[in-house]
Amino acid sequence: MNISRRHMLVLLPAAAVAWESVLAGTPENSPNYNMSEHWWGMLIQIPKCIGCGNCVRACATENDVPDGFFRTWVERYHVTDYNLTEPEVISPNGGKDGFPIVQEDAGKYFYVPKMCNACADSPCTQVCPVGATFVSPDGAVLVDQSYCLGCAYCVQACPYGCRYIHPQKHVADKCTLCYHRITKGLTTACVENCPTGARQLVNLKDPKDPIHAFLKTHTVQVLKPQMATNSKAFYYGLDGSVR
Amino acid sequence: MTGVEGYMYPNEMELQWSILIVLYPFITGLVAGAFILASLERVFLVEAVKPIYRLALLTALAFLIDAPLPLQLHLGHPERSPEMYLTPHPTSAMAMFGYVYLWYLMVVLVFEIWLDYRKDIVIFAQTTKGLKGLIYKFLTMGSYNISPRALAIDNKIGWIITLIGIPSAFFLHGYVGFIFGSIKANPWWSSPLMPVVFIFSAMVSGIAAVMLIYMATCKLRKVAIDVRCVDTIAMYMFYIFIIDFALEMLDLIHRIYESDESFRSLNFMVHTQLYIPHIVIQICLGTVTPLVILFILQVSGKKFAEKVRLRLCTISGALAMIGIFAMRWNVVIGGQLFSKSFLGFTTYKVALVTKEGLIVAVALALLPFLFLWILIKFLPPWEESHHTPAAGD
Repeated sequence: MNISRRHMLVLLPAAAVAWESVLAGTPENSPNYNMSEHWWGMLIQIPKCIGCGNCVRACATENDVPDGFFRTWVERYHVTDYNLTEPEVISPNGGKDGFPIVQEDAGKYFYVPKMCNACADSPCTQVCPVGATFVSPDGAVLVDQSYCLGCAYCVQACPYGCRYIHPQKHVADKCTLCYHRITKGLTTACVENCPTGARQLVNLKDPKDPIHAFLKTHTVQVLKPQMATNSKAFYYGLDGSVR
Repeated sequence: MTGVEGYMYPNEMELQWSILIVLYPFITGLVAGAFILASLERVFLVEAVKPIYRLALLTALAFLIDAPLPLQLHLGHPERSPEMYLTPHPTSAMAMFGYVYLWYLMVVLVFEIWLDYRKDIVIFAQTTKGLKGLIYKFLTMGSYNISPRALAIDNKIGWIITLIGIPSAFFLHGYVGFIFGSIKANPWWSSPLMPVVFIFSAMVSGIAAVMLIYMATCKLRKVAIDVRCVDTIAMYMFYIFIIDFALEMLDLIHRIYESDESFRSLNFMVHTQLYIPHIVIQICLGTVTPLVILFILQVSGKKFAEKVRLRLCTISGALAMIGIFAMRWNVVIGGQLFSKSFLGFTTYKVALVTKEGLIVAVALALLPFLFLWILIKFLPPWEESHHTPAAGD
């Protein structure tokens, strides 16, 4: 193959555009995705989170999340020895711009990334009057925004505060586990942009997924287990003070 | 910008359900209560409340026509609301609203009112000319048979419809309570008592509303108020109010004694943001005060002059209405003021001229009175007995 320098100058940007397209993915380019082979969840390792806010920014950019609302956010907990059950929690702008420097040395500080818990028995889908929100066969909780009435009943029903009414679309909006990406073999925007690997997308149906080894050797917890939502957001190192 | 105290999840800053959603249970409550009052005469044969039977039915219908409007206005996409009828989601408590509403509107209220007014409609259709006459002709549904036998059948079917209507009224409003009571994520709402409290508070507000409307219409028509009727209504209101108050206190005491994880947060809210609407307006002004007045009326009512009794009934009825509205407010708005993290609180300020603002809410609250006026114009509920009230009672 004879490629001149002129051809090369044309081909390189074209290849870059093509690669971007591959990364972005299109349904016709991923015909082999089979919903029944997946059961999506998320592993979040609290000791690894540094509160940089990369995940929040990546999510907002990837999913066009409106200002003031969050599909994912990060909280900083401050727990002192004498007040274990009443932590001081902040999440300025959802942690999107990072956090202020810690002033006080007493007690412990840690960051807790929050997102849709991808509940298998999700209270939000239970209450939707028209079934516009649903648990997909591969375990993601999704909203059909062309069908949603915008009644906000699901927002009230989510115990974790993960849903909001989109201020322009006037329908329910939430984390989709970046469904448009994971069904093309990519990972979520928040996972991809986490510099410490604190978040990890897991496929509970895949026996080769490292989650199985992790779950065998580590203690994990879900948020608000008393809600019995069958949450699939597994937290490692979760402090009892986290709400 | 909303004022936030402590920590709220970032999507919780603004309330999702506004004053319009406060109006929704309040108005449906008035419907249920007014219908129950009407049924006293029809099914339980309480003759004393006969003067308000038809007025109570028309009041229920006027408020029922208004009931879905706050919901429609609140929806982000009201044009999609027919989907609730076409593709209801069976696991959703809200999905059944359309069916419950239609059942109550068409099968219970409209049918019962039509049966009750059929004789009048036929007479009006034969004696009235012009557009009004045409409307009456349409309302006859082609049936001009008002023979004693036909009317007896009407009466029998009407009685059966009222009998069906009573559990339907309980269902209509109990169901509204269930919409809130079944949300496990919200400890302020999540209670099996919620539907029961809603039903009894609905009866109190509906009975109070019909009583006040009856007295106001008598004043406007310059006819004497049937004091025996008002006394009887006040008696029923008192007994139902006691049950309502007992249930609410049971819920409150249970929460205080149990003191679960949400208690600190809710307790703080009740003592700060909800102090005026909950403690002062709902409990002290809107429940205890009218209960004391009604109690005095029951114990020594006959000692007071009729005018004083009517005054006291008016005051207790108005206070009860304020109290029940405050109760709806405290449930709907109060349930959204605290974070589900139980670590913070937000505030709610009613906007004035937005889609869900105060002007719209006031207009929606007044609209049933316009509906009632139109209904009364077409279907006058007054009877001869109004002109000759039972004297000496």
